[in-house]
Amino acid sequence: MTGETSALQLVLTGDPGLYAIVGLSLLVSLSAVLCAALIGVPFGALLALTRFPGRAGVIVVLNALMGLPPVVAGLAIYLLLSRSGPLGSLGLLFTPQAMIIAQTLLVTPIIAALTRQTVEDLWAEYRDELAALDVGPIGRVATLVWDARFSLVTALLAGFGRAAAEVGAIIIVGGNIDGFTRTMTTAIALETSKGDLPLAIGLGLVLIAIIILINALAWGARRAGERYAG
Amino acid sequence: MRAPLADLPVVLANATVVAGAVTILDRVSLTFAAGPPTVLIGPNGAGKTTLLRAAMGLTRLTQGEITWGGRADAPPTRRAILFQLPVMLRRSAAANIDYALGMTDVPRTQRIDELLALVGLQGLGRRPARRLSGGEQQRLALARALARDPAILFLDEPTASLDPAATKAIEDIIRAVAARGVKVVMSTHDLGQARRLGGDIVLLHRGRLIEHGPAKDFFDSPRSDETRKFIAAELLV
Repeated sequence: MTGETSALQLVLTGDPGLYAIVGLSLLVSLSAVLCAALIGVPFGALLALTRFPGRAGVIVVLNALMGLPPVVAGLAIYLLLSRSGPLGSLGLLFTPQAMIIAQTLLVTPIIAALTRQTVEDLWAEYRDELAALDVGPIGRVATLVWDARFSLVTALLAGFGRAAAEVGAIIIVGGNIDGFTRTMTTAIALETSKGDLPLAIGLGLVLIAIIILINALAWGARRAGERYAG
Repeated sequence: MRAPLADLPVVLANATVVAGAVTILDRVSLTFAAGPPTVLIGPNGAGKTTLLRAAMGLTRLTQGEITWGGRADAPPTRRAILFQLPVMLRRSAAANIDYALGMTDVPRTQRIDELLALVGLQGLGRRPARRLSGGEQQRLALARALARDPAILFLDEPTASLDPAATKAIEDIIRAVAARGVKVVMSTHDLGQARRLGGDIVLLHRGRLIEHGPAKDFFDSPRSDETRKFIAAELLV
């Protein structure tokens, strides 16, 4: 019981260390979701509208990558960014940027795969109408992504959930450096193994609260948007 | 405002569409030229929708040929189609029309208002299209098709799921559109509607063209037994 009280105190007193950790967590995860959306949404939409040999294989691999183990993604980016790796000269390893790159790798397949499915379903509905209006390929992608925008919010939330919850990738490429690359999930892992349960529990509560808050905001935005635009 | 390339006349020569083992359209030869509406009638599965889609350029022929204004490969710039179940884009009513205006160089707001007024939806431009009633959606889809400034307009059972008042509204719009010189080609199961709107009537059955003639002759002195049976509301099997 003392643990929970202390956790609450940390949150309520606005412990600066705690807020730095929370801030970095949000910065990394939201940046990763943004990058992943910029790559994954167009890629998924394009995949939905094109037919080429091997397409089924690409879709299966993409769907499978939704389950990419974070530690494997972390390892891949680690090898890429490590001093002797191909991008080692950039000096990005153990920085927040490296963490964003690793989470982008994790989240992009989720957003791309869910976008592909959503856009393909909408395409089945819109195909005749867009053909009759003589809409070209780029116009089709733009139209379908725009008209699926409320459904795609769910894809972004799924991606954010993945990014906010994972620890394996960012601990490998970020290194969990205090005050620099420590996030809520890496801190929880560390504090738990150190036996500092109050801080771990406090961070856990904050993390869950933030995830609920962001989902609630997205839900509200989606409802309002639908009411306005149908 | 009219683009220089005309899509009229639309000429089908031995148009045949085969899907698997089924012949949906069987050597149909027809010409749609400027003039009063052409109405396609016939039982379900007669090939009316496929004929409209083929004439729009959406369904490829297995055999035969279609030309639009003499050209076999004409993009659908001056023709439009209203599907039996039109899809409303997830946008406002005005944005649905705006979308169909495409890149055309017209004063958009004014044109959208004109089209909304033409179909009796003035003042509803900002409504989400999917929140409109069935009849309103049908009228919006009609306005969207007309936004293309078509020379020929295909309508696939435009009043199939509408109540009498909404049906009358659509028929009035069709008359107004035809009076403006747009060639209307429509399918219907409503013989009364065919009489009211049709300049000429086409009876299709099992993909074949059974009879084609001016509405008055078609209904008053049909040439074929099948037409007589169909008009007498007997089942064509």
